[in-house]
Amino acid sequence: MAATELPASDEAPAQGRRRNPLDEVDDPSSLVARFSGDQALTLDSGGRLADWQLAYQTYGELDRDRANAILICHALTGDQHVANVHPVTGKPGWWSLMVGPGKPIDTDRYFVICANVVGGCMGTTGPASLNPATGRVWGLDLPVITVRDMVRAEAMLLDRLGIGTLFSIAGGSLGGMQVLQWAASYPERVFSALPIATGARHSSQNIAFHEVGRQAVMADPDWRGGRYVEAGVSPRKGLAVARMAAHVTYLSDEALHRKFGRNLQDRERLTFGFDADFQIESYLRHQGVTFVERFDANSYLYMTRAMDYFDLAADHGGRLANAFLGTRTRFCVASFTSDWLFPTIENKAVVRALNAAGASVSFVEIATDRGHDSFLLDEPELFATVRGFLSSAGEARGLAR
Amino acid sequence: MNAPPNGLAATTPRVDLIAIAALVAPGSRVLDIGSGDGQLLKLLEATRQVDGRGIEISQKGVNECVARGLSVVQGDADIDLVDYPDDAFDYVILSQTLQATHRPRHVVEQMLRIGSKAIVSFPNFGNWRVRILLGLTGRMPVTSDLPHFWYDTPNIHFCTIRDFVDLCRDIKATVETRMVLDRTGKRVAFNAPLWFWNLFGQQAVFVLRR
Repeated sequence: MAATELPASDEAPAQGRRRNPLDEVDDPSSLVARFSGDQALTLDSGGRLADWQLAYQTYGELDRDRANAILICHALTGDQHVANVHPVTGKPGWWSLMVGPGKPIDTDRYFVICANVVGGCMGTTGPASLNPATGRVWGLDLPVITVRDMVRAEAMLLDRLGIGTLFSIAGGSLGGMQVLQWAASYPERVFSALPIATGARHSSQNIAFHEVGRQAVMADPDWRGGRYVEAGVSPRKGLAVARMAAHVTYLSDEALHRKFGRNLQDRERLTFGFDADFQIESYLRHQGVTFVERFDANSYLYMTRAMDYFDLAADHGGRLANAFLGTRTRFCVASFTSDWLFPTIENKAVVRALNAAGASVSFVEIATDRGHDSFLLDEPELFATVRGFLSSAGEARGLAR
Repeated sequence: MNAPPNGLAATTPRVDLIAIAALVAPGSRVLDIGSGDGQLLKLLEATRQVDGRGIEISQKGVNECVARGLSVVQGDADIDLVDYPDDAFDYVILSQTLQATHRPRHVVEQMLRIGSKAIVSFPNFGNWRVRILLGLTGRMPVTSDLPHFWYDTPNIHFCTIRDFVDLCRDIKATVETRMVLDRTGKRVAFNAPLWFWNLFGQQAVFVLRR
């Protein structure tokens, strides 16, 4: 298979050399596409980004027909480092179980692309980036970003890479929202689509949880009205609390009981104080602390807002099926039984709309107690579904085996 | 999936499925309820060039279907048919599943709403073997076709051909075609009276429309 010449980023950043997350913001350790001049990004808010950039990674090789590209869309706090060692945390990529040589999304067969979304903090233009117009960090001057803005930016990246039609597009949660938005905005560019553990809108309860997180960030005195970078501080406590609350929603009661129960942390008995007596408390604190090491607080505000604003049906006259009318994309929707953030019913609403639009759609509900985060974990049924769906779609697309 | 050149699955399809496939007009839109591993949908795609969709309750079945390139949704016929719009399909097929549904009447009504035509196949509980087993032994029949004991059978709503004809009348469905298959799935006695079919038919296949 002769590859078309494109930049490749298969080589993982050198292990052990962990970078400061602030260094990643404008000069990421990944590929970067810079846009300026007549390539401004127009935003749903009415604003526009004149000079902006998109950080991305690629894996595998684009085939001669440019027909084997798969776009991966990352979730709320994910980034472009899907299947390589993360430059800041030094940990494996967030979907390295799913994406790689011989994996369900097989990089020996497909050309995989993942871009850090607009509003992110790993090298794509976001609130921590420098605003070229002012020379200052954007902060909250950055217009609010929507899922459709993210998708528009990704489409511009594909234009630049010379990829017309994606063989497939996959993502969970916010990534799944992008998948649905892609299928609605650019149906002719999406041959097959895998929205996982997602929904066509953010529910009231989910908006509520996000608001708790945002309020935690903004209540931290070190947030400084969003201007903390210039002040040399960071709302670490607020962001950690936001992450702790959010993390609970990614798991399930059953899984927490299985993993932690009421076990005590490094102690024999209760201390009658407010230390982390229970293992679950210690675990959550750890989640919070490690998260603030790698993520920008303002970016967290923008990402959560983008999800809250997402309502695909509202953009199509209140009827979700209208978003997919006439589509020829092949869909495979997957949900998890214990996911209470994007429960099966939300995923099924998408399936119902696709059926009503006459689309080709498959749907699996995977039995697991691991909650929303199941899509990131070792779930053999999910892998089997993705592998089977992609290989049959590959046959239909005429991809080399 | 290494399909032979004719596109059929490597295993020979059930004979009753071939009979059902013969009833489907080429190039039509089909919903197969209870797709199992996708045998009927695959057969319909290969021989009738249909645009096929399926509903299957088991995760294993759905995964097999997805791997075969079929568009199958995990769901329950008793619950999920209401999600489909009116007249979405030319045919809605329920093969050997009616007796396992909780609300057979509701399911058939939904089929007729979703599709222009409904094809229903079911085992005939009026067959003479079943009658003899129940009549002589006084026990619920267990046969090679109906191998379950009463307490562990998935088949909770058995009916005879005559019962099904009554249901069609009650829900004002027009019977367009009806046929009876023998134990091997071959069509028998093309023009026999209803009592004969009800006594000797092993399986029945009905094509209904509104």
